[in-house]
Amino acid sequence: MELLNPSFGLVFWMLISFFVLLLILRKYAWKPILNSVKKREDSITEALNSAKEAEKKLATLKSENEAIMAETKKQRDIILKEAREAKEKIINEAKTAAQEEANRLTIAARENINNEKMKAVTELRNQVALLSVEIAEKILKEKMGDSAKQTEVMENILKEVTLN
Amino acid sequence: MSNLLNILLESWGPLGAGIGAGLAAVGAGIGVGLIGGKAAEGIARQPEALNAIRGTAIIFAAFVEGVALFAAVIALLAMGS
Amino acid sequence: MDRINLKNRILTAVFWVFLGAFSAFAQHSDPNPHSEPTPTEETGEHKEHSKEGKFDVMHHIADDYSFPLAGDYYVWLPLIIFEPGKGFDVFLSKELHNPDPTTGLIRGKYYYNHGKLFIVEGGHLQLDDKGHPIGKHSAKLTDIGSSHVFYDISITKNTFGLLLSVVLLLVIFISVARAYKKRGTDTAPRGLQNAMESIILFVKNDIAIPFIGEKKYAKFLPYLLTIFFFIWINNLLGLIPIFPGGANVSGNIAFTFVLATLSLLLVFIFGKKHFWGHILWYPGVNVPLKIFLAVLELVSVVSKPFALMIRLFANITAGHILIMSIIGMTFMVKSLIGGVSIGIVTSLFSALMFVLELLVGAIQAYIFTLLTAQMIGAAVEEGHEEHKEHAAAH
Repeated sequence: MELLNPSFGLVFWMLISFFVLLLILRKYAWKPILNSVKKREDSITEALNSAKEAEKKLATLKSENEAIMAETKKQRDIILKEAREAKEKIINEAKTAAQEEANRLTIAARENINNEKMKAVTELRNQVALLSVEIAEKILKEKMGDSAKQTEVMENILKEVTLN
Repeated sequence: MSNLLNILLESWGPLGAGIGAGLAAVGAGIGVGLIGGKAAEGIARQPEALNAIRGTAIIFAAFVEGVALFAAVIALLAMGS
Repeated sequence: MDRINLKNRILTAVFWVFLGAFSAFAQHSDPNPHSEPTPTEETGEHKEHSKEGKFDVMHHIADDYSFPLAGDYYVWLPLIIFEPGKGFDVFLSKELHNPDPTTGLIRGKYYYNHGKLFIVEGGHLQLDDKGHPIGKHSAKLTDIGSSHVFYDISITKNTFGLLLSVVLLLVIFISVARAYKKRGTDTAPRGLQNAMESIILFVKNDIAIPFIGEKKYAKFLPYLLTIFFFIWINNLLGLIPIFPGGANVSGNIAFTFVLATLSLLLVFIFGKKHFWGHILWYPGVNVPLKIFLAVLELVSVVSKPFALMIRLFANITAGHILIMSIIGMTFMVKSLIGGVSIGIVTSLFSALMFVLELLVGAIQAYIFTLLTAQMIGAAVEEGHEEHKEHAAAH
């Protein structure tokens, strides 16, 4: 049957034209077209990749920023804490120093007072003694000529004066 | 025997062609109907897969149709002999 | 959203209805064309029809030495007949229509009848009851393997269509390639370039890569692209009813035979060890079964391209027969009942069929390419990948 019997001529021309078509198209059409398409696809993927990378970079930058902020906050807190501690320390030190000074001053004052008191007492004693002698002398000069009597009186008086 | 076959082929050829082609049409009709029905079911179940189902269904329908056309070619041959 | 869905569904429905109608009509219409021209040839009163344009579907489907335009007007094509030892004989097909009135021969040695060319030696023509020349020196030139060694490489109607499609493809794709050079890769494609690029990318991404694999597809992509566009453009050119188109090239068995054979050769040439191992010596079964499976697998390997060949040929031929039959129905009804109002119906019907054939033309090109890619993919597959896939599946 003609319908299902490939004719020689057509097979011949078909082979020739198909191979001519395949070879020419492969070299002058498919190769440049596919190359260009591939190039464009590559550039698109590259662009997409670089966009992704930029996004990633942005994200890392953001997280880095956040880390820096957190670090700064921490540092600030530490500094503040340290400052607070330093302040307290200084205040405490000042307080103790003041206390000590006060104590020292008090003690010194007390010692001074004591010393002064002792001095005053001694002086007073000496003055009293002198005064007494002078008083006695005057009394005795006025009232008595007898020195023996004088001495006896004086001793009596002195015995009566008790020093505190 | 070969004489009988010749007679059958020569005079009954067109009849055989008609019957064969008709049977092929029945088969292809059932086949394409099943494909179309299942495709419609699939689309109803998953409307988002519309394009995939349609593409696949067209390919399978072409296969079924191809088988029917084989029969058509054989019918043509039977008719011509 | 809903509207688009509805539109899609309607389109789908219309498509299925057409397909159903197509497969139902395709077979039933077949007997018509053949029975139709018979009365025009045999009964005298219809002889007039044959003069104003005989309507023979099979004649349209078949190849021809000249390109019919309309009525008795033809585009004459050159015949090239090579006879070993005697060289080439080249003449225009116009001579076929003017045989020598006394001998009935052309150029003293050819006899032409109904699209078939015979060679007759000795100048004595004897015909059998079918109108074919008999005698031991007669041979039909159109068949392969005829007893006489004559090679008929004439530029027939189909060869003309074939060469036209080659020229068109070259013009289209070289200009597209130029457009890439001109516009560079940075600018977006436009016009023809854009249209072709989307189809090329479709073949690449939806046929080559999924079926052959990411690693190996590049080697076969030019072949797949070439057969896809070659088949498609011939399907489309075949649908053009007037002169440059109209040749039933992709519906000719020689066309599909060559493409299917080349696909089979690719499988044979590039088939890997794994592929041949599974065909010739199936692993894991005993020897008698191995032999049985080898026979079975070999048949399956060869039958795949055979099915490809028949599928494309039958689809396109059936489409042509169908359209021609519907148009032919006009003349049939006119001669039976009279009146031409049936022409309106048949015109509408054939218009619908043309639309369907546009779809079928693209689908058949797609399927041929897809199945070729699948065959190549199975042949070049490496064993490791498959085992990996199996392992992944388990």
